[in-house]
Amino acid sequence: MTTVAMPNVGSALDRVDALEKVTGRARYAYENFPADLAYAVPVQATIAKGEISAVDVDAVLQLPGVIAAIWHANAPRLAPRNGDPELAVLQSSRVAYRGQYVAVVVAETLESASEAARVLRVRYDADEHDVELRPGHPGLYRPDHVNPYFPTDTEQGDPDAALAAARVVVDATYSTPAEHNNPMEPHATVAVWDAEGLTVYDSTQGASNIRDTLAPLFGLPPGSVRVISPHVGGGFGAKARAHPHVALAALAAKQVGRPVKLAVTRQQMFAVTGYRTPTIQRVRLGADADGRLTAIVHEAIEQSSTVSEFAEQTAVPTRMMYAAPNRRTTHRLVRLDVPTPSWMRAPGEAPGMYALESAMDELAIACRIDPIELRIRNEPDVDPESGRPFSSRNLVACLREGARRFGWAGRDPEPGIRREGGLLVGTGVAASVFPVYRMPSQATARAEPDGGFTVRIAAADIGTGARTVLTQIAADALDAPMDRVRVEIGDSALPPAWVAGGSAGTASWGTAVVRACEALMDVLHGRAGDVPPEGLEASADTTQEVRAQRRFAQHAFGAQFAEVAVDMDTGEARVRRLLGVFAAGRILNPKTARSQLIGGMTMGLSMALLEESVMDQEFGDYLNHDFAQYHIAASADVRDIDAVWIEEDDPGLNPMGSKGIGEIGIVGTAAAIANAVHHATGVRVRDLPIRLDKLVHGVI
Amino acid sequence: MRPFAYQRATDVPSAVAAGTGQAMYLGGGTNLVDLMRLGVATPEVLVDVTRVPFDTIEETPGGGLLIGAGVRNSDLAAHPLVLRNYPMLAQAVVAGGSGQIRNMATVAGNLLQRTRCSYFQDITKPCNKRVPGSGCPAREGDHRNLAILGHSEACVATHPSDMAVPLAALGAVVNVESSGGPRAIPMPGFHRLPGDAPERDTLLRPGDLVTAVELPALPFAARSRYRKVRDRASFAFAVVSVAAALDVADGVVRDCRIALGGVAHVPWRAERAEAALRGAPATAEEFARAAEAELAQASPLPRNAFKVPLARNVLVRTLLDLTAREDLTAAGDTGETS
Amino acid sequence: MRVHIDVNGERLAADDVWEGESLLYVLRERLGLPGAKNACEQGECGSCTVYLDGLPVCACLVAAGQAEGREVVTVEGLASGDDLDQGLDEVQRAFVEAGAVQCGFCTPGLIVQAHSLIESTPQVPEDADIREALAGNLCRCTGYEKIIDAVRLAATRKAQNKAAQKKAPR
Repeated sequence: MTTVAMPNVGSALDRVDALEKVTGRARYAYENFPADLAYAVPVQATIAKGEISAVDVDAVLQLPGVIAAIWHANAPRLAPRNGDPELAVLQSSRVAYRGQYVAVVVAETLESASEAARVLRVRYDADEHDVELRPGHPGLYRPDHVNPYFPTDTEQGDPDAALAAARVVVDATYSTPAEHNNPMEPHATVAVWDAEGLTVYDSTQGASNIRDTLAPLFGLPPGSVRVISPHVGGGFGAKARAHPHVALAALAAKQVGRPVKLAVTRQQMFAVTGYRTPTIQRVRLGADADGRLTAIVHEAIEQSSTVSEFAEQTAVPTRMMYAAPNRRTTHRLVRLDVPTPSWMRAPGEAPGMYALESAMDELAIACRIDPIELRIRNEPDVDPESGRPFSSRNLVACLREGARRFGWAGRDPEPGIRREGGLLVGTGVAASVFPVYRMPSQATARAEPDGGFTVRIAAADIGTGARTVLTQIAADALDAPMDRVRVEIGDSALPPAWVAGGSAGTASWGTAVVRACEALMDVLHGRAGDVPPEGLEASADTTQEVRAQRRFAQHAFGAQFAEVAVDMDTGEARVRRLLGVFAAGRILNPKTARSQLIGGMTMGLSMALLEESVMDQEFGDYLNHDFAQYHIAASADVRDIDAVWIEEDDPGLNPMGSKGIGEIGIVGTAAAIANAVHHATGVRVRDLPIRLDKLVHGVI
Repeated sequence: MRPFAYQRATDVPSAVAAGTGQAMYLGGGTNLVDLMRLGVATPEVLVDVTRVPFDTIEETPGGGLLIGAGVRNSDLAAHPLVLRNYPMLAQAVVAGGSGQIRNMATVAGNLLQRTRCSYFQDITKPCNKRVPGSGCPAREGDHRNLAILGHSEACVATHPSDMAVPLAALGAVVNVESSGGPRAIPMPGFHRLPGDAPERDTLLRPGDLVTAVELPALPFAARSRYRKVRDRASFAFAVVSVAAALDVADGVVRDCRIALGGVAHVPWRAERAEAALRGAPATAEEFARAAEAELAQASPLPRNAFKVPLARNVLVRTLLDLTAREDLTAAGDTGETS
Repeated sequence: MRVHIDVNGERLAADDVWEGESLLYVLRERLGLPGAKNACEQGECGSCTVYLDGLPVCACLVAAGQAEGREVVTVEGLASGDDLDQGLDEVQRAFVEAGAVQCGFCTPGLIVQAHSLIESTPQVPEDADIREALAGNLCRCTGYEKIIDAVRLAATRKAQNKAAQKKAPR
């Protein structure tokens, strides 16, 4: 595959929708006001397991402004055949987790609906619940595969024998807490039924996907459902699938015969919009005295709900990071009475690489080898488990470039000896990785009689810059200036497209856009550039192209460097410097790309030091369910942060030559920070987040 | 939010007249509006006192300050006399909330903040403070951020205010107006320990309206400091905090004022530490001894035992900083880990 | 009740407002000004930041009754013209140019808060002061770095504009 010449692509252009956003004109899902609308507020279960025995609907129907109170006894039937069982809202009396929707109230105003939802009396027959993920849980089992389709376990050679024979062994267990995506825009849906079918204004990472989910649920052909989402206030995986509120809003609107607005509150989001599973990971590394790995074993346990299975691919990155003749990865899952976990930025890689890259740091210390050198020594020639060649693999270049920029040379590995006043200072490094995906999508390109172009694809811009980058790609493919190209996205009425997920959006959509533009250019050339009054249109479907792609091992790589200072009196750890160096193919827009990478790194900082959803064992919910209690990094937490990239020319990827950059920024950050904290203090924190209570005893 | 009657008061008498029965006063609203939305606070009458003209800061004849109950946090922290005479107060106020919150939050509202205990804020769970007699799940559940001093079987909540900590250290006096006439309630003592009635945070009675806080003249408080330890670098409640003022002459502590935040149901005046320090050499050893004297009475729970060494360290560090640093200003924690 | 609020220089009234509604709800759902965002409804994220009588506050924590008769400026009121390219405030322009915008949901609140910081600070603020001033505005996309760049850029331009105005002969 050859990459096309592109004057706009590669330029640090301003976001094409930035003006709308800075003036407050960009319209998000909840900011649609269809005539005669009503407000819906869901009611959540207050038990973690059991049955709903009764709902006192009549009492709230007396309240001013209340239009309806819907629960499973009076709800319209849905048809969740083969679909996500989470979407079968109000279809049964069973309660599978605390916070699950058990009813919805519809009223004339939000306040009326909220108050009615607050006082609605729901009676339960509660059962004993189990919400604790723990090693040795009797319910642990081996799922058939892990997200999205990876083998659950892999094994090569004889890792047990290799560990027994290894000169140096690291055997450590790491744990990561549940974490919530918390995009700034809470999930929101406005549902409107008319004679044509159902229209929803939704905050989603993929309009086509939501349409294809909703249509069968309500017994409609896909053409009768339209999903509109021009602007989306972040997602990080939490909006990559329809969560139950989407079905609930559509169901409520159908029941009351009026348009209905439903916004999930920040507090509600902690139960019903997905989250990152907690993990407990045992990593064993065997090495010779020179630090060459002889064995890698990575065993992860995780949780899912009793509603549906989500098995995160925690140990999957360990399958391809380092060379070793003997290796094993396993995943075990336990179904608890908890909310259903789902995708959160770099599922698998983010928690898995925290464990692996912490263990590599421990191995470097055990072997008395510089941690960068240790990684270089274990660099594989080909993908260790599949034997496939890498289409490009520039981890070593990232490590070396990062070391140069960060000032790594001459680092004294001795922990706990660098004092600056009352602070202990240290530095750490970790590798970063994220796989390259590309999925089938469709697009149309249209030449308008006024000389402009319109490109249509049901892509989503959740803050990534997709609208901007697709415009750059289209302009170059059409050989037209940017301001003559209009890209329409965020609507399921447009040609269907892959979700903004798996860091595959730009690769998937960009390919379709390029192919549609190329087809249009062919047509235009055939007509000597003549555009008829009705315009000219060409379309593309990349299904064949994507399926025919040669199977390389394809990943973006990176190296994360952190400097931390830990207060010796309090154990407060703050990140002074964070540098990420990435190799991710061609960078299509340095301005949007840097922001994506720094944003991911900041989320990694947040994961390292702050984020933890605390499961309340007695009540079975995530206790700290708001922004006052669930801390995400604020501006004061981030000091000196930078993301850079090295040139990488990989013609085997897609017409743009790009790899995805939405998720790699978060991968490895927590390990780099944990490694820096160890270097600073001598305390190895193996359970995130690294809060002061884990350090205050160790540093004094 | 539960429906309520809304009344707007224009002066103290009209506010007190309206504040009867199940009424609550609405100041900045930064805590109350949130609690009403959560269903934790359910007043029948909401008396809006944001237009009552008690928003001034005046010097008292004795050299102290009289701070109106409606003074905004941002104005309090920026006031020249607060900055000069009570830097720990300015530092504490700036350490609380965000810029936006401080622009709304008032002195009285800050004093009357309710606890941030997760169980208190979730009406689907028991909480003795919210529903007396319903139980305290925090004792067995999550109490990392909760009390290590002065708690009871009924309640292990902490008081969340930063501002109240230096006020307790200073021995500020809370002026209260009610239908029965004015009262003055000194701090500490304005806030109460939970005992078996954790639903009562303070000595206020229904209908009482806080009108002002009076700071006594305390010249050595010009050398004072507030140190807040928090999980996030900014915009987070204190895990532990210390307000301290120190009067040292010839290497000996002549007088001191110390209070701790984040450790108890009240802003905790460290009287034992103060007693241990008065007349003692201003040394790290004596500071540590004083901290130990105070924290000997701590009774931490399993998941907040770290607060004991943390409070000790921060207290010692703050006192050391006060003896070492010449130029303490209201800039507050300029250190890297503040 | 009927609530009157001066919003972006215009006296607006909303009828049948219940006193428990927030200023944010009145702006977004009743007055057609959804620029300020609702992301936590607890004052913990700053997405709803608007000026109230000249000071930035979290509109989600202001009861409608408290706003009666007061002056409110939202992000929609910062630009002086209808043309997106002309009349933008320097803060808005800097957010575009510095690449400080991603999903855009925190952006309106951040712009109002940053605007206030710059207007109330005679000099160009130090980075640490910018970070602290914006600590109440959470952003989940950008990592804040470009936001700090934008605020510094806008502050510098505003200071230059002021200096140029002073020098200009009357």
